[in-house]
Amino acid sequence: MPKFPEHIAIEKVHPEAVLDWHENFGDRTLIVESKQVVEVAKILRDQFGYKMLVDLTAVDYLPRRPRFEVVYHYLNLQTNTRIRIKTQLEETSAHLPTLSDIYPIADWYEREVWDLFGIKFDGHPNLKRIMLYEGFEGHPLRKDYPKTKRQPLLGPQN
Amino acid sequence: MSNHANGHHLDMTRSLSGSVVTTRFDKLLGWARKYSLFQYPFVTACCGMEYMATAASHYDLDRFGAALPRFSPRQADVLWVVGTISHKIAPVLKTIYDQMAEPKWVVSFGACASCGGPYDNYATVQGIDTIIPVDIYIAGCPPRPEAVLDGLLKLQELIQNQKHEWR
Repeated sequence: MPKFPEHIAIEKVHPEAVLDWHENFGDRTLIVESKQVVEVAKILRDQFGYKMLVDLTAVDYLPRRPRFEVVYHYLNLQTNTRIRIKTQLEETSAHLPTLSDIYPIADWYEREVWDLFGIKFDGHPNLKRIMLYEGFEGHPLRKDYPKTKRQPLLGPQN
Repeated sequence: MSNHANGHHLDMTRSLSGSVVTTRFDKLLGWARKYSLFQYPFVTACCGMEYMATAASHYDLDRFGAALPRFSPRQADVLWVVGTISHKIAPVLKTIYDQMAEPKWVVSFGACASCGGPYDNYATVQGIDTIIPVDIYIAGCPPRPEAVLDGLLKLQELIQNQKHEWR
């Protein structure tokens, strides 16, 4: 498969950043080195006009190694083109540099990913739970969170 | 006949016939209370649409004296818990209930409020009756307006027949 223009531009600056790429039904995806997500985001935003970070989320592929995948969806509002950036993380090093400096919306997305998956974002200004309450233990969207485990604030502690 | 004690009573009954109804005070209170229900809609999810449809003019909750939503718990008689209650919002619901003045009733509207509905997970309260007492459960996901009206009528029946604290 031919490389995307974004891919070539990233490789010019960071030759090792892109690990893999693929395209399904017009959805283009780059899999990048986890240390490079901020550099990649800057190139996409400044050179290709991906002004909007549509979504930032994570997937737990337990028991696969590396376990986690963090997914960034970018949109160019002028040309209506989209690109997806994925990066893979081991459980033992489940942290990424924050994107909140260049995409302010990443602030809340990263808090959500921290809350539900327990992936840390280094340099985040306010990395605390956003969905669940203070005092909740663990990260419930991890596949090893027990399905029946409840942590109610009120009522029976089953 | 007019000098006789019983005769005097009969005279009175005859002269007032058609203008006096006798009842028990408890029944009278129940009758008054069941037709002036001020509601607190605690709406958290899609069931709210069905609640609004029932309250609006087509189905018209006002026909049953349950028209005005009061968004202050101090002024409300019935707490309608409409929608999914998460563990995070559970303390808020409990506070609202505690702030309501007696007499008060609670309606659990739809599957989520009644038992957690489809959400058997870390986030969802498995029925609000684990937190506050519930008088009427309305089944459905969401319940049709007919079911809501039926629930309201059952609540009125309950209020009519219950013992009222008034002294």
